[in-house]
Amino acid sequence: MTAAAPSIAGLDELLLTLADDEFVIGFSDSEWTGIAPMLEEDVAMSSLSQDELGHAAALYGLLAEVTGQDADAIAYDREPDEYRHARLLDHGRGDWAMTIARRYLYETADAVRLEALADGSWPPLAELVAKLRREERYHEMHVTTWLQRLASTQGEARDRLIVALEALGPHAGTVFTPLTSEGPLVEGGVLARPMADLERDWRARVDAAFEPLGLPLAPATADPWLGRTQHGEPFRWLWGEFTAVRRSDPGATW
Amino acid sequence: MIDTGPSEADVRAALAAVPDPEIPVLSVVDLGIVHRVEVRHDGIDVAILPTFVGCPALDIIRSTIAEQLGERFGRPVTVETTFEVPWTSDRISAAGRAALREAGIAPPVDPEEMRCPFCDSADVVMDSAFGPTQCRSLFYCRGCRQPFEALKSV
Repeated sequence: MTAAAPSIAGLDELLLTLADDEFVIGFSDSEWTGIAPMLEEDVAMSSLSQDELGHAAALYGLLAEVTGQDADAIAYDREPDEYRHARLLDHGRGDWAMTIARRYLYETADAVRLEALADGSWPPLAELVAKLRREERYHEMHVTTWLQRLASTQGEARDRLIVALEALGPHAGTVFTPLTSEGPLVEGGVLARPMADLERDWRARVDAAFEPLGLPLAPATADPWLGRTQHGEPFRWLWGEFTAVRRSDPGATW
Repeated sequence: MIDTGPSEADVRAALAAVPDPEIPVLSVVDLGIVHRVEVRHDGIDVAILPTFVGCPALDIIRSTIAEQLGERFGRPVTVETTFEVPWTSDRISAAGRAALREAGIAPPVDPEEMRCPFCDSADVVMDSAFGPTQCRSLFYCRGCRQPFEALKSV
């Protein structure tokens, strides 16, 4: 049983962005199941994706309690333009370097965001976040090891990583796209600090990790307000994949 | 005589016979996921803590608990999941840790303290933090040259 949702404006928007991020990266990364570069990574990416989709399900569940909708309907019955994941997650699976680059940028950003939600004033979200952070630690460890490994080689692995970071760079900061009701969320104590503050912390952290490795730093987001609404073709394709079963037999249960 | 129904202790004792579906050598009590048991005059409420947020075994655990307690005590049972406190791997009981080792799965410890569940060697390496289920990692023992699984420390 969950404590009655407080009438804090923007809680639904916050939950939707959190859930959509985890949902989209979970589905994207699950595409490695069966074809990862080595067996251990096949298992790891499948397990990571299962974690992310589990996180999304829990967050959609909270959102469903706030709005009175059905969690599956929120997850599967929207049109592509109605999803609110960060543009960073919208690039298609790409090669292994692209996946590691995207995961690194996302996981480090998500860690900063979760920290800002951990002592929030709405217990159901703060409690869930406490649990999520324990799992995300393993994700960060995994992707950090891989980033360093690819960056430390000379040759193709490093070249591909740099190409991936340059492609993702312009969208790297979109995890921190300002929310339209950010003021009430901060005033209500759900979110510790505004997204712009969190983005500054995240950039300082990523810059400190990238500089010694000689990796390209992400430029500022061109139009910060469009970071969660401008989806590209890769997402439309992914949407077609993850809604295919649901659309083929609406309302089916098993 | 008035039927006072089962006590909380009766219900907890019955839960000690409900196995975890993924690691059946462990009961849900040994696994440390039973958070709250409340006996009302018209039913029994149980709250459990997911080991992992997306654990796919949760639905089976809930329905098994409801079924077994319902049969045993003849009253309606509700089982809810909660994150009120996070499940952590140190909630696994001493008996649970022994049962895991017996089954060839290393109980959760910090990686540097890991020992092989087969030969007790400390000469082990982590192959991958991720294993066949969300809660397990893969290790290799250089002592007895066996791969083994360990529960993640969370």
